[in-house]
Amino acid sequence: MPTDSVQYKSKPGDLIRSAPNKFSVENLRSEEMIINLGPQHPSTHGVLRLEVLMDGEIVKEVAPHIGYLHRCFEKHAENLPYNQVIPFVDRLDYVASMNNEHAYAMGVERMLGIEHQIPKRVEYVRVLVAELNRIASHFIAIGTYGMDIGAFTPFFWLMRDREHILRLLEWASGARLLYNYIWIGGLFYDIPVGFEDRCREFVSYITPKLRELETILIENKIFIDRTANVGVLPLDLAINCGVTGPMLRGSGLRFDLRKVDGYSVYNELDFDVPIGEGKMGKVGDCWDRTHVRMLEIYESLKIITQCLDKLTGDHKRSQDFDPQALIPKKIRPKAQDLYVRAEIPKGELGFFFRSDGKSDVPFRCKCRSCSFVNLSVLPEIAKGILVADLIAIIGSIDVVMGEVDR
Amino acid sequence: MSTFDQIILVAGESCTHGQLVADENATPKAIRIDVRDLTAVAQNLKENSVTYFDMLSCATGVDNGPDAATMEVIYNLYSIPFDHQLMVKVTVPRDRPEVDSVCHIWKTANWHEREIFDLYGIHFRNHPDLRRILLPADWEGHPLRKDYKHQDYYREVKVEY
Repeated sequence: MPTDSVQYKSKPGDLIRSAPNKFSVENLRSEEMIINLGPQHPSTHGVLRLEVLMDGEIVKEVAPHIGYLHRCFEKHAENLPYNQVIPFVDRLDYVASMNNEHAYAMGVERMLGIEHQIPKRVEYVRVLVAELNRIASHFIAIGTYGMDIGAFTPFFWLMRDREHILRLLEWASGARLLYNYIWIGGLFYDIPVGFEDRCREFVSYITPKLRELETILIENKIFIDRTANVGVLPLDLAINCGVTGPMLRGSGLRFDLRKVDGYSVYNELDFDVPIGEGKMGKVGDCWDRTHVRMLEIYESLKIITQCLDKLTGDHKRSQDFDPQALIPKKIRPKAQDLYVRAEIPKGELGFFFRSDGKSDVPFRCKCRSCSFVNLSVLPEIAKGILVADLIAIIGSIDVVMGEVDR
Repeated sequence: MSTFDQIILVAGESCTHGQLVADENATPKAIRIDVRDLTAVAQNLKENSVTYFDMLSCATGVDNGPDAATMEVIYNLYSIPFDHQLMVKVTVPRDRPEVDSVCHIWKTANWHEREIFDLYGIHFRNHPDLRRILLPADWEGHPLRKDYKHQDYYREVKVEY
């Protein structure tokens, strides 16, 4: 097949011209050196390039270079009708697409003023699939983190268990990862018959497995030695840097937008917000962040059980229920600015919309991604540590480069 | 007195160059201030015990197009202890877009401002490290401007798809 027209002809120096180093060799002191980590490196979780200024084994400064996965989300969004942006939203944080869709759909519904008319069954299904996806995302976070610092087995266990969730979501939406399931004003389709039973089976299957995971990974002596007291993020720095999600909670603040804003039906559900308590080291270290994710899985399971009760009780499946009933034929919000935020597995996902009231496409759609902001704290906490700990810190931030680069 | 009125009072104290305008057609509610007052207002909003906006959630650039000849930077503030939100808007002329950086107040602003610089070409004065962040350093132009025309070739690869 002729591919000449799209072949990239590389010249020496091309790469360094597109992403120049921040530190220059001329200004180095005699004992210092620059180490380039990534963009193609298994422990950078995608395409993250770190330029590390080192003094022997000690990291003096880190300069992250991002943008290798930039897909012009905001430019695309300015050229598409609101409903057609949803597949692009999926591709932001591609391991937690349901949560992204939920946040986006909520924002557009608020602009249209229909957020209180959404049927309760639709909201419960949304929360159900979002929480399932949250568990899948935390599985990836914990599994790959274990693998980063040398524990292979938990990764395979978690991938095996994540597969159950992906199959459930595939059953509901038709896709394994990028669902396009939550639509503005409703859902693509009601959950399939028998879905609730399979979910219950999954909950009873996974609960003992989680205990197993805690024993093999979280409470493992080697894991604790690698993560406790490493990468301590003090609370004041976390807030000043805008860090959210399990990272902020790991630093000891009980702050979860599902509780604070109580959006969707989260205010009707009973769950706790776990925080880091410094059980193994200092508050806000890598172990705390991972432990918070672990505890959040239990909370998500609680939410799922309650949703299933509602979906088989008060808001039962019925013949005349149409999840697409409220979907507007034409989405044209009146002129306004709106900022919407929601808690996705990594933190606060925000969308800023500006609508001019005259067209069906957003005038401006900005995505405030949590991985982007969480990653920006890395140069602050990665000073004076060992290079092996740098890997441990990157893993504990849980970045998804699709969301960082958008 | 509602929270928003109190916030307006606090922000108004630091407005020396221009008038503060409340903008109710926004969620959360917004204030529009003169761009020269930005750092003073931001500092006051963060440190005043009534407002205490300790977190900068988001900073957004907006281009109003060549006809309006203005660009905007919009800051979304949030106060964790009081649980209130605020939008702060500043407008800059399109031919000379310059805004003072708020990096020294909220470190979040660092990467957000770099992103706005990258995609809109708005210059942030006193920013510690104003480089492109998402696009390659040798990319031409600022893609989210309304009159942006992409280059024909980037490294012998056709940009048009």
